[in-house]
Amino acid sequence: MILFDRVTKLYANQERPALDEVSLEIEKGEFVFLVGPSGSGKSTFLRLVLREERPTKGQVWVAGKELNRLSNWKIPALRRQIGTVFQDFRLLPNKSVAENVAFALEVIGKPASHIRKVVPEVLEVVGLEGKEERRPDELSGGEQQRVAIARAFVNRPILLIADEPTGNLDPGTSVGIMKLLDRINQLGTTVVMSTHDQAIVDQMRRRVIELEGGHVVRDQSRGVYGYAR
Amino acid sequence: MRANFVASEVSSGIRRNLTMTMAVIITVAVSLGLFGASMLVRAQVSTMKDFWYDKVEVSIFLCGKGSDTPSCAGGPVTGAQRDQIKADLESLKPLVDSVYYESQAEAFARFQEQFKNSPIVDNVKPTALPESFRVKLSDPTKYDVVASAFAGRPGIEQVNDQRKILDKFFQLLGGLQLIALLIALSMLVVTVLLIVNTMRVAAFSRRRETSIMRLVGASNFYIQLPFLLEAAVAAGIGAILAVVGLVFVKIIVIDQVLAPSFQFTAFVGWDAVLAIAPLMILVGVGLAAIAAFFTLRKYLRV
Repeated sequence: MILFDRVTKLYANQERPALDEVSLEIEKGEFVFLVGPSGSGKSTFLRLVLREERPTKGQVWVAGKELNRLSNWKIPALRRQIGTVFQDFRLLPNKSVAENVAFALEVIGKPASHIRKVVPEVLEVVGLEGKEERRPDELSGGEQQRVAIARAFVNRPILLIADEPTGNLDPGTSVGIMKLLDRINQLGTTVVMSTHDQAIVDQMRRRVIELEGGHVVRDQSRGVYGYAR
Repeated sequence: MRANFVASEVSSGIRRNLTMTMAVIITVAVSLGLFGASMLVRAQVSTMKDFWYDKVEVSIFLCGKGSDTPSCAGGPVTGAQRDQIKADLESLKPLVDSVYYESQAEAFARFQEQFKNSPIVDNVKPTALPESFRVKLSDPTKYDVVASAFAGRPGIEQVNDQRKILDKFFQLLGGLQLIALLIALSMLVVTVLLIVNTMRVAAFSRRRETSIMRLVGASNFYIQLPFLLEAAVAAGIGAILAVVGLVFVKIIVIDQVLAPSFQFTAFVGWDAVLAIAPLMILVGVGLAAIAAFFTLRKYLRV
């Protein structure tokens, strides 16, 4: 699903690369935690997968495509296969829950009949049935993140990128979100999630990739957040 | 393509950005209006040229008793000289369309008619006016051929081209048109800048939407279309207002004010308005397109 082959990313005006000769592979259907301190390269990793950045050196393969050779007009097609969730939800405040989810389909030109069918389905998956007409500011943080996950998942992506999805949520709510991401993973979507949330990583016991200073310092299946320090 | 969705995005974009959109509409209308006006002046000049050049003639004034130019040193024109001039003029056909001989008596009669309300008539005697040949040219621009053939010849006092007088007038109109065009062009530049700025503000106020659109894989076209349409709608309304203004100028200023007051000349017809209006709309759309092209490249990249 994702293959990094000796990938180096050096931002302009910076001496130290954000990622330094990183090679790793994530298989289809995996659930991967990306951990590490701030500035360790997690966000760069995710941005490279989304082709928001290009690597300075090396190759990034996503869903069978080498992103360096992907022409600009094919980027949207790549991103339609990838769902994205952020710490800050990124919902449209002037649209209702259902409209926020429908927006993702409208802007890629899906027919209205299809949208009317799949939006209620995905809202049921994330547990928001009955709240379709609410505005984001009428929802709790956990509910807002569920809307964002629904939006990311409504087009049934093969890969879900979650950038600290529980970073703004209390522990109880976070557990609910993790259950949801786990369910989406069970439905066949590969999930890559960056996080600082030790309790969650320790509890889930999934593959953990730890980055530090742009290097992979640990890649462990059924791992925990960190060694006892 | 979801037409409803795009339409609602465009209308909400315009509502959100209403003051800027209004500014764009007004600037487009004013700059295109000026542009149209300068085109109209140009059409007016060419209409008047057609009208007047048809009527102008070259006058060959013959020597009279009081003439003091060197070519009149031999005294008033003789009958032989007069016949020779006429024969030479006739030989210049087809350039010379027609030749009309005006005697002193006829010149006096015309003079009396022209100045019948003026006391000057009483002070002029028939012999004070020169006899002349009035020559109509098939091509009024070839005046020089006639002038070089006849000017300075014995018996001829002066060769006059009425076109020269008109040309001064047309030069004045041409200058006015140029000024209007220059103002219009600078206004058009202002318009482009304003549209660029408006789209930048629009792009900024919709940055949440566009960032989500990019993430979920909306095509560039889909992301940029609402902005393009907003600019196009604003520029289109402005252009329509400008055309309406042009039509008003034609109906009110030209047909109801100028034409009745200046009946001696022709004014531009609806054909000119019909030719200019599409040009104005084309320029307006072009402006919006140029502005959009630069803005989108800069602010809405994937």
